[in-house]
Amino acid sequence: MHKDSILDIEHLTVRFPDKTVLDDINLSIQRGTMVSLIGENGAGKTTLIRTILHQLKPTKGKIVAHPSAGKRHLEIGYVPQFRNIDAGYPLSIKSFVGLNRLKHRWPFYFPQEHAALIKALKRTHLLKLQNIRLGSASGGEKQRAYLAQALVNDPELLILDEATASLDVKAKNELMTLVQQLNQSDQLTVIFITHDFELAQKYTQRYMFLNAGKIETGPVADLSEKFLEAHA
Amino acid sequence: MFVFEFMRNAFLASTFIAITCGLVGVFVVARNLSFLSHTLSEIGFAGAAFGVFVGLSPLNGMLLFTGASSLIVGTLSVEKSHREASISAVSSLFIGLGILFLSLSNKNASYATNILFGSIVGISAAEVNQLILLSGIALIALLAVYRILVFDSFDGVGAASQNIHRNLLSMFFLILLALSVSIGAQIVGSLLVFILLTLPAASAQYMGRSVPSMLAFSLGFALIGVWLGLYLGYVTNWPVTFFIASIEVVIYLLTLIYNRWQTN
Repeated sequence: MHKDSILDIEHLTVRFPDKTVLDDINLSIQRGTMVSLIGENGAGKTTLIRTILHQLKPTKGKIVAHPSAGKRHLEIGYVPQFRNIDAGYPLSIKSFVGLNRLKHRWPFYFPQEHAALIKALKRTHLLKLQNIRLGSASGGEKQRAYLAQALVNDPELLILDEATASLDVKAKNELMTLVQQLNQSDQLTVIFITHDFELAQKYTQRYMFLNAGKIETGPVADLSEKFLEAHA
Repeated sequence: MFVFEFMRNAFLASTFIAITCGLVGVFVVARNLSFLSHTLSEIGFAGAAFGVFVGLSPLNGMLLFTGASSLIVGTLSVEKSHREASISAVSSLFIGLGILFLSLSNKNASYATNILFGSIVGISAAEVNQLILLSGIALIALLAVYRILVFDSFDGVGAASQNIHRNLLSMFFLILLALSVSIGAQIVGSLLVFILLTLPAASAQYMGRSVPSMLAFSLGFALIGVWLGLYLGYVTNWPVTFFIASIEVVIYLLTLIYNRWQTN
């Protein structure tokens, strides 16, 4: 275990009946860092994330989370890969962001929940757009709304699952700049799943490369063309 | 018009039906289950006919059939691409069965018409009480799962990444839908119950931008439909179902136009 890690993955093995997806992985993620998770399709990125999110049980090994002082469990925000929000989608951005408030059952939000909602909208610069329908928002605005929904429970760890894949270059950089700001101002730890090495190098500090059930890590500077060729 | 007991019963029953169908309908539309709700109402017809055949009340027969078939649909969890075809097959079978049970039970054609198209005159005080009880159960069930149902219905992908038992929730909602179909069929008939389950909610999607506001609009549209429909039916002696259907369609068209006008 490292000194200030938010997540320690120890001897993690996930085996499905037909194959071993993750094979004895050891890994620490430092609090307040931005890390890229890269690897080919089928390399086990989704399996690793689902295990972190407690949706899959490890076959062997464990994941130890270290929430900050005073918190009972590590709150994780997750932005999924595909969303099917068409032009006729009726909810406003604010209502969409609020969907993720599940800790209470009551149909109406408590004042502190409403405050959390406004805070998430502010952090993603959506306060002025909060009442427009999500269906009529631009691609970049939609992506920020997805981000805001993941932030509405004030997570310490944010996982972005190819969040930039559907965006143009300008929107990609805007979203990543925003995530970087959150990382720097609020010490938000970020795992950025991507195929885009340029973005990984530009915005994250370390990489995790999944290949054949094993993981390699290092500073993103090492993520050179040569390295990529060696793994091609 | 409230001089007559049957009108008081009809008014009370249709109010609770509108509340249940208006609120549940918001989730029917959000979950794209309009077609299934139509099928369930046909299954309800078969259930009512079966009830008559074996000596149950039509409502209990409907509850039995719609409840059982929603469980079957839920466990089959058919792939989306095949779902429509299999729902068609199921509904064909059930309409056939309904006709068979009706013919076996030796009831006349007007009885079938009542089940299919509804009859306000036929509702007794005891049946009204049962409807209110069932509506209460449906609303409590809705309240119990409200937030996760809202998340799952309006953002299935987002909900899937949370630790929600989505299959269980889906099954729970199907049973709730079956209950609502059986309740709603008592006034507009099984053939047209999907009107109350889909049109007010579809209109509400054009008006509201949050789930509570959609629920309020849908509830309002459903109530306007049944109250005005009952009144017009009373005055003209034309079928109430006709008026309810027409009113809901008019509301739908108006909200559609409003939405177009607003987006331009």
